[in-house]
Amino acid sequence: MAHIARKSSFSISLIPKIVLFLCALISIVITVGIAFILIRESYLFFSDPEVTLKGFFTGKQWQPMIGRFGFLPLLNATLTTSIIAMSLGIPVGLAVAVYLSEYASEKTRGILKPVLEVLAGIPTIVYGYFALTFMTPLLRSLFGDDVVEIYNTASAGLVIGILVLPMIATMAEDAIGSVPKELRLAAYALGGTKLETTVKVVIPAALSGLSATFLLALSRAVGETMVVALAAGAGPNLTANPFEAAETITGYIVRISGGDVSYNSVDYNSIFALGLVLFAITFALNLISRTVSNRFHQEYE
Amino acid sequence: MHTFLRFGDASERAHHIDKRRRSGLVWHALFISATALAVLFLMLLLVSVIDSVFGYAALQNEVEPSQLIPGARSVSDFSRDELESVAEKHLSAGILRRVQYENPLSERSDADLTRLIEQYIVKPRVLRTWGLWDSLVNKDVSLAFVEANEQSYLVFRNWLSPAFLVADQSADPLKAGIRTAFLGSLWIILITFLVAFPIGVGAAIYLEEYALDTRLNRMLQLNIFNLSAVPSIIYGLLGLALFVRALEPLTSGAIFSGVVDNTANGRTILSGGLTLGLLVLPIIIINTQEALKAVPDTLRMSAYGVGATQWQTIWYHVLPASVDRILTGTILALSRALGETAPLVVIGASTFISVDPSNIFSKFTTLPIQIYQWSARPQGAYRNIAAAAIVALLILLLVMNSTAITIRNRLARKKRLAS
Amino acid sequence: MTTSNASKRAIMALSHVDIHYGSFQAVKDISLPMYEHHVTAFIGPSGCGKSTVLRSLNRMNDMIPGSRIQGSVTFDGDELYGPNVDPVLVRRQIGMVFQKPNPFPKSIYENIAWGARINGYRGDFDELVEQSLVQAALWDEVKDKLKQNALRLSGGQQQRLCIARAIAISPQVILMDEPASALDPIATGRIEELILELKERYSIVIVTHNMGQASRVSDYTAFFMVDEHRTGYLQEYAETEQLFLNPKHRKTEEYISGKFG
Repeated sequence: MAHIARKSSFSISLIPKIVLFLCALISIVITVGIAFILIRESYLFFSDPEVTLKGFFTGKQWQPMIGRFGFLPLLNATLTTSIIAMSLGIPVGLAVAVYLSEYASEKTRGILKPVLEVLAGIPTIVYGYFALTFMTPLLRSLFGDDVVEIYNTASAGLVIGILVLPMIATMAEDAIGSVPKELRLAAYALGGTKLETTVKVVIPAALSGLSATFLLALSRAVGETMVVALAAGAGPNLTANPFEAAETITGYIVRISGGDVSYNSVDYNSIFALGLVLFAITFALNLISRTVSNRFHQEYE
Repeated sequence: MHTFLRFGDASERAHHIDKRRRSGLVWHALFISATALAVLFLMLLLVSVIDSVFGYAALQNEVEPSQLIPGARSVSDFSRDELESVAEKHLSAGILRRVQYENPLSERSDADLTRLIEQYIVKPRVLRTWGLWDSLVNKDVSLAFVEANEQSYLVFRNWLSPAFLVADQSADPLKAGIRTAFLGSLWIILITFLVAFPIGVGAAIYLEEYALDTRLNRMLQLNIFNLSAVPSIIYGLLGLALFVRALEPLTSGAIFSGVVDNTANGRTILSGGLTLGLLVLPIIIINTQEALKAVPDTLRMSAYGVGATQWQTIWYHVLPASVDRILTGTILALSRALGETAPLVVIGASTFISVDPSNIFSKFTTLPIQIYQWSARPQGAYRNIAAAAIVALLILLLVMNSTAITIRNRLARKKRLAS
Repeated sequence: MTTSNASKRAIMALSHVDIHYGSFQAVKDISLPMYEHHVTAFIGPSGCGKSTVLRSLNRMNDMIPGSRIQGSVTFDGDELYGPNVDPVLVRRQIGMVFQKPNPFPKSIYENIAWGARINGYRGDFDELVEQSLVQAALWDEVKDKLKQNALRLSGGQQQRLCIARAIAISPQVILMDEPASALDPIATGRIEELILELKERYSIVIVTHNMGQASRVSDYTAFFMVDEHRTGYLQEYAETEQLFLNPKHRKTEEYISGKFG
């Protein structure tokens, strides 16, 4: 008689599975929690008689004192710093990625990749310090004290660009490296030079992976807080001039919550409404990035 | 034969290839320059920080040592008797009483008395500071400044001194230190680890080892990826609303009747640790999943082959085989948490605390927040101590990351030798 | 037998060629001619260096770090590895088709036009694309969908596209590295037919492990073997008919009759 039957019908081996499943479920709880809290507090914010949806999305002034709650100045500053950041980070990051992937020797890569990792591991507050104590004085000496204010979005934007540079370089290098070797061989066999092969065959082939990288980097720049908190400015200001001080969405949230704020005031609720906007923007960017990146993987599998 | 041989004659072809080669070289140079630029940024960053850690400071005393003991240029010139008599005579009554209570003047060391006299009687004040480069190269500027200002004098200061590391918070840059902030950081990281590690590893084990490819599980996976890309300040908002406000009885310790500080109101180490725990959770999950994926399936198959249950396989075979990577990734995640500033500011780190955190229900400040506060102040000397604190933070992170890599190498070697 | 000796010339020739990868010698003392407008096949067991030799003919070996070549490789009378020779120009004249079809992830049209464009072609691109596809026996199948992504073609079609792509830059020689080994028998047959047509205009060198293919398609066959140091060498070279029906060496005979792979 072979002893292979179980005594009871309940399998004790189910317990680990259940416990671990609950652990995994906590991630859903977190997402739901974020969404719930942001939405609820935003609802409270918009219920305040002084606040209107239209005023929020189209208003050009944010002055709670006089009942103005237009978020355009904050959004504008966020966009300004992010665009400046991408203008620095994308070209340089992509160039570094191409160099690492196609040109650099093993020895050079062995030096450069740790450098990128170190840059990536530096806390953002250090970048904030750098923006305030190095970049701003640099800009001021280049363009003049009267042109560049002590707090300005250009300085913050440039430093955020440096901040996302390692991330762009690393992810772009992965995307470029994933392009199958056979494509390069085909291009060389047709008499292509290294540059022609890289620029006209390899990079277009890696395009969706690269797009995903850039979107993710943009999302990171939009959500960046400490650099703008220190260097960009502490008051909402709707301006096209990057040399002026202006507060971003994240800068505003950090300033208000870092000060004395009573729990049921409109100021308190406003940071959640803005948090919801921020969440929506970054979530959308991340989602598009993932969709694009999945399509990239499908092409080569 | 070749009817469409319209590629130009030989000399045209030679010219054309030269042009192609040349543009190839130009772009090659561009790519190298970009890389050099990236390296340059890193150097600029480090150099500008280190430049502020050392340098001249122009100080001015409230009470000159020569006013206390005629002829003495600095407190270190005082004799032992002079030290004791000056201290007794000039320390204010309250301070004198406290000092005598802790340790009578006669029993204190010379260095200790010197420190007391400088701190409470002489009271030097910083007028201006210069960075390392300026101090070495433009020394005359500093000298000229001291000339121009009555009774100011120059000292060459190392802002990252041992005294800096152990001093507590102070409004005076000469006296301020990072002890409180450093301890706050450690406490919070401890809580973060205790929260995120078990849950994170558990979730990863579920997703990698148990979960079938169902819609729910795919959604779970996608959700975790999304969470890892959410800006950290959002986690701050979550922590503020959930831990600080909604769960205030829990996080302030009232439930356990352990309220340490009536003014903490839920802005405690526990709240901070929980918030950062949620922040690093997705990172730990993803990293652990990668570590588990790397374990070859043959290992699992051989365990099943001798009749082990799934959990036994995981606990006795898969986890030990992946523990090095898991630990490395966790330490790296924690070092990321160590550098986080925004979420903790949103939760409400304290701007000034006089006592070290004693338990998880205490108010807190952290090293990055301290850097933030000092960096935000315009007076020159604050920039120096901010730089010193930054160096301290970077060294701490360096130690953590090196430990992570060493652990991985050590355990990986053991794995190789054992197999 | 060979009656047209007078009009036959060797468009390429190898003479005492050794190839090393680092310290490992891949092939030694290879000498053989490749005749214009004829098909030369390299056959032999795996690892005998036939692909290595093939790659040396269009300087693709240059890309493998540590590879060294000694001896003479001539193309149209000139030394291929001479001092002023630019490999990029070499590859315009000596094209290559690979084992696994590798079209660019671009449109069919763009796949063919790209090589010509970077090499400075100044004629009518539409005409070039059509002529290349006609010669590759693919035109009728794709003429209505030139803008479609090339990756959507079948394996056999992709390989013919790669051949069209190689033809578009007007090479004199086309090298083929096991061009049909990744294809099904029907697609293989079409490629073989194509090779026989192509030799009217081009000279072809083909590496194949399929003996039947070699005997069907080639005019001359080189049989490679590998010695005890895993270095490849040329065992026998002859007109295909003669090599298959009347091999001079025992090893050749054994290989042909399938005694070893």
